[in-house]
Amino acid sequence: MLKDQDRIFQNLYNDKGSDVSSSQERGDWVNTKEITDKGRDWIINEIKESQLRGRGGAGFPTGLKWSFAPKEVGSRPHYLVINGDESEPGTCKDRDILRFEPHKLIEGCLIASYAVQAHVCYIYIRGEYFVDGQKLQAAIDEAYEKKLLGKNAAGTGWDLDIYIHYGAGAYICGEETALLESLEGKKGQPRLKPPFPALIGLYGCPTIINNVETIAVVPTILRRGAKWFASLGREKNTGTKIFCISGNVNNPCNVEEEMSIPLKELIEVHAGGVIGGWENLQAVIPGGSSMPLIPKERCETLKMDFDACVEEKSGLGTAGIVVINKDQDIIKCMARIARFYKHESCGQCTPCREGSGWMWRMLERMAKGDATKDEVDMLGDVTNQIAGHTICAFGEGSSWPVQGLLRHFKKEIEKRNNLDPIVQKKNNIPYLVDQHLLDKKNA
Amino acid sequence: MSLRRPAKDQPESFEFNASSLEAANVILAKYPQGKQQSAVMALLYIAQKQNNNWIPLAAMKYIAKFLDMPYIKVYEVATFYTMYNLAPVGKYFVQVCTTTPCMIRGANQLVEACKEKISENECELSNDKSCSWMEVECLGACVNAPMMQINDDYYEDLDKQKTLDILDKILNGETPKPGSYRGRVNNEPENNRKTLMDLKNA
Repeated sequence: MLKDQDRIFQNLYNDKGSDVSSSQERGDWVNTKEITDKGRDWIINEIKESQLRGRGGAGFPTGLKWSFAPKEVGSRPHYLVINGDESEPGTCKDRDILRFEPHKLIEGCLIASYAVQAHVCYIYIRGEYFVDGQKLQAAIDEAYEKKLLGKNAAGTGWDLDIYIHYGAGAYICGEETALLESLEGKKGQPRLKPPFPALIGLYGCPTIINNVETIAVVPTILRRGAKWFASLGREKNTGTKIFCISGNVNNPCNVEEEMSIPLKELIEVHAGGVIGGWENLQAVIPGGSSMPLIPKERCETLKMDFDACVEEKSGLGTAGIVVINKDQDIIKCMARIARFYKHESCGQCTPCREGSGWMWRMLERMAKGDATKDEVDMLGDVTNQIAGHTICAFGEGSSWPVQGLLRHFKKEIEKRNNLDPIVQKKNNIPYLVDQHLLDKKNA
Repeated sequence: MSLRRPAKDQPESFEFNASSLEAANVILAKYPQGKQQSAVMALLYIAQKQNNNWIPLAAMKYIAKFLDMPYIKVYEVATFYTMYNLAPVGKYFVQVCTTTPCMIRGANQLVEACKEKISENECELSNDKSCSWMEVECLGACVNAPMMQINDDYYEDLDKQKTLDILDKILNGETPKPGSYRGRVNNEPENNRKTLMDLKNA
């Protein structure tokens, strides 16, 4: 287990309060000027050497991303945007940072803004986190009062203004270009990349977008050194991570742990074990709902980091671990996730807009045992028609969980859906009806 | 995608009152000059708050003029995002999360409780017209599942009985205390905490 002094988020459970003075006791804002005095190149280099990877799901190296920002500010100003649109089912880590460690985030914003030469930073928070956003706003107000923000923020000589922008219940706005669209006051439909936001982003200006957790760990890395951060976890998967363990465990919780910690240790030690014992485990979704599930046999030895999860054909994603035990119907669980994606598709690309509804309807029928034998393969076809054929990664995100189900639980589905295709035809199953007709009236 | 329809009965006109106007001007100052369209989402929230928790078409037209942008662009935004209510909802608006992490911890019991106490169907006002409920997608409090949101507040770690009690309270016009209903502190593993113990005991 990670030593307590190596935990970055000391106030994860709000033992100490989140105001400036108690944050300063934990080491925030102590020598911000000394850090920025070392210069942009040093900061970016240090982050590169710490091998910090983005905590928002894709795991892109943060230092590299910052280095994409133009070295000289031209006619267009630079922006820093913080992605706090945490909507991935199974994930609730950013909420705790917003409400209990806001000063880690604000200080991180200052340092990152300095590194990428931005004078304005927008923090995009999902609309449902209104109360937590208000707590962050209070922390920002306090920071302005103490001259940690605004002109010559924290004595660094850098001017920075931070504004909160609330979303309004659209999962897709967690995608960085959709988030920018939303910030510009449009509906959140992702843009084509390239051009990448680092060159053409918010209002057509160079924009760096990072997850809340990524930015919040930056000050601590720079204070304690890249070597310290890189010594935790393993090569290319370094540092600590907040894991959210939810679902069928005895003590669901958020906990900060070292990268590459065995999944079994997380569940058994921190979350109090699977309900009904480890033997009762059916599958685990390791990184939020868009990552394919991993069946029990593989969970025994799985290490929780980016590369190890990819080896299991899944992904660390946001590290939102959803534990599903044998009391649950796995097909129903995945059908519900498919319904989530059907509801949240932005409607821009046809394969995703229509396909997400197809997957949901097929899975609902498969959960009831109303599907035919050959439909199981057809479902696999549908997922392949979506993944890779859309503007943003939502296509992959919606089809991967279904592919994971087919990969590991195909026998289960086939056992339940053993109908002959010809007999089934007489049952008059609506394949091509408008999905809204099947949907709830005002959904 | 979700299908969203504006209400049939629409008020004739809408205008910001003094406090809304003040709030709107504070929002406008957040964005660079000429980019006032960015404020549309926040302004829709303000309109929703002023107009008993829902947004009439007249408000969209008003905001379009206010921000000097086409009405259709405001309409697009208001119909795209699900947190803008396009039809009247109760003064207490209950949203029950039923996505998988909540579902496997018994979110259906919360739905049952809402059906018993508020109304048989979603998005329908209760008998006294004060309350309505709906199922929503993940609210981002998965380790506190099952949970629901009433207006701005989260109510976490619920079961059927606790939900019934909370709904009783709001139907009586009280505001129950938000947070965990199993007595645990925030997101810590209850009775099983193994980290940061010095801070807890300090």
